[in-house]
Amino acid sequence: MKKVISVLEAGSLVKSGSSVMIAGFLRCGTPVKIIDELVRNNTNELTLIANDTCIPSHDRGKLIVNKLVKKAIVSHIGTNPETGRQMNAGEMEVELVPMGTLVERIHCGGSGLGGFLTPTGVGTLVEEGKQVFDIEGKKYLFEKPITADFALIYGTKVDKFGNVFIHGTARNHNLNMATAAKTVIVEADEMVDGALDPDMVTIPSIFIDYIVL
Amino acid sequence: MIELSKEQIRDIIAKRVALEFAEGDVITLGIGLPTEVANHIPQDVHVIFQSENGLTGVGKKAAAETFDKCITNAGGVAVETKQGAAFFDSMLAFTMIRGGHIDATVLGALQVDEEGSLANWLVPGVLAPGMGGAMDLVVGAKRVIVAMEHLAKNEPKILKKCTLPFTAIKEVDLIVTERCVLEVTSDGLLLKEINPMFSLEDITSSITADLIIAEDLIQMAV
Repeated sequence: MKKVISVLEAGSLVKSGSSVMIAGFLRCGTPVKIIDELVRNNTNELTLIANDTCIPSHDRGKLIVNKLVKKAIVSHIGTNPETGRQMNAGEMEVELVPMGTLVERIHCGGSGLGGFLTPTGVGTLVEEGKQVFDIEGKKYLFEKPITADFALIYGTKVDKFGNVFIHGTARNHNLNMATAAKTVIVEADEMVDGALDPDMVTIPSIFIDYIVL
Repeated sequence: MIELSKEQIRDIIAKRVALEFAEGDVITLGIGLPTEVANHIPQDVHVIFQSENGLTGVGKKAAAETFDKCITNAGGVAVETKQGAAFFDSMLAFTMIRGGHIDATVLGALQVDEEGSLANWLVPGVLAPGMGGAMDLVVGAKRVIVAMEHLAKNEPKILKKCTLPFTAIKEVDLIVTERCVLEVTSDGLLLKEINPMFSLEDITSSITADLIIAEDLIQMAV
């Protein structure tokens, strides 16, 4: 059985200065209540690892607007002008990572791999400071794994064992991030009676530490 | 020279790009203008739109009765799914994209050059939207089509060499603007089609790259 905790308890687990993976693709498939709790607690100096910084008025975007993020490792910030402003003003560090590279760095972090070679970014600013490998005549960049203290993820349905089902495109980074953090908290829309049908499990229970409903 | 509205420009480009696909192609569209290409695919050509946030079989924008907050496209817009659609997570989305499983991608660009390199993610100190999935898409898709307005504030965007930070080197295959269609070849940019609203001079004077004029230069379908 996984521990079901309140959103207040979830918020208090995440301390200022933590590295936090937060799943979601813009507003889809992201744990909104836990994020609001981080804002309420003024949990700051965070390293945010996410697809994007959303829009200023919503979820991950609020972390930026409230100046809670010290460093953002993301693939896209164009939908949140405040991220660009803080970056240009030197108030926040932003590491822009190609989306596929971000995904694979998290995958490596969660699967015990020391990094990977990708053709993405060869000959661009992304190549700066990285080792370039020539494999059978094609150039690849060496990219390192990413892990985090916390992964905050979304579930459409959970069971008491911690199995998670995610509907539609809300899956996005949820499964991947759940593998790559020390503590994983899922915020679910609903808990089912009994257990999820094993065929319907998107994220196996062993990756989940806490459930917030 | 004819003056076109923004809407006319986008319509001309989207319609022309839509003629590029074959039956069964798997296509990933960038956000903005490229998204409009989906509205113009000929009825007898069946393609599959892939979205990098985890969907093959992207349908039209969702109506009030089909709205589902958990079914969106890469622009965050709620969409419908087509019969035969599939959901998947980001890992599989980029296995598709980087792994060569996408037949074509259509993306906007700030600049493209005669080697087929493009810039579309950063204007240092001014605009930093980030690359999102674009760098992976242009490297991984079998065919890269740039769909963009011909000029930016009356300045050329098709150049000898990009001056903005690159998205990728030598990956673009075709450039479609409201004025012309250019193929990137190993010898340089091949002008294949001209919008009949414009003269050859209108094209050559608005591109700083050297152009090769196709022997069978034809009118662009507009």
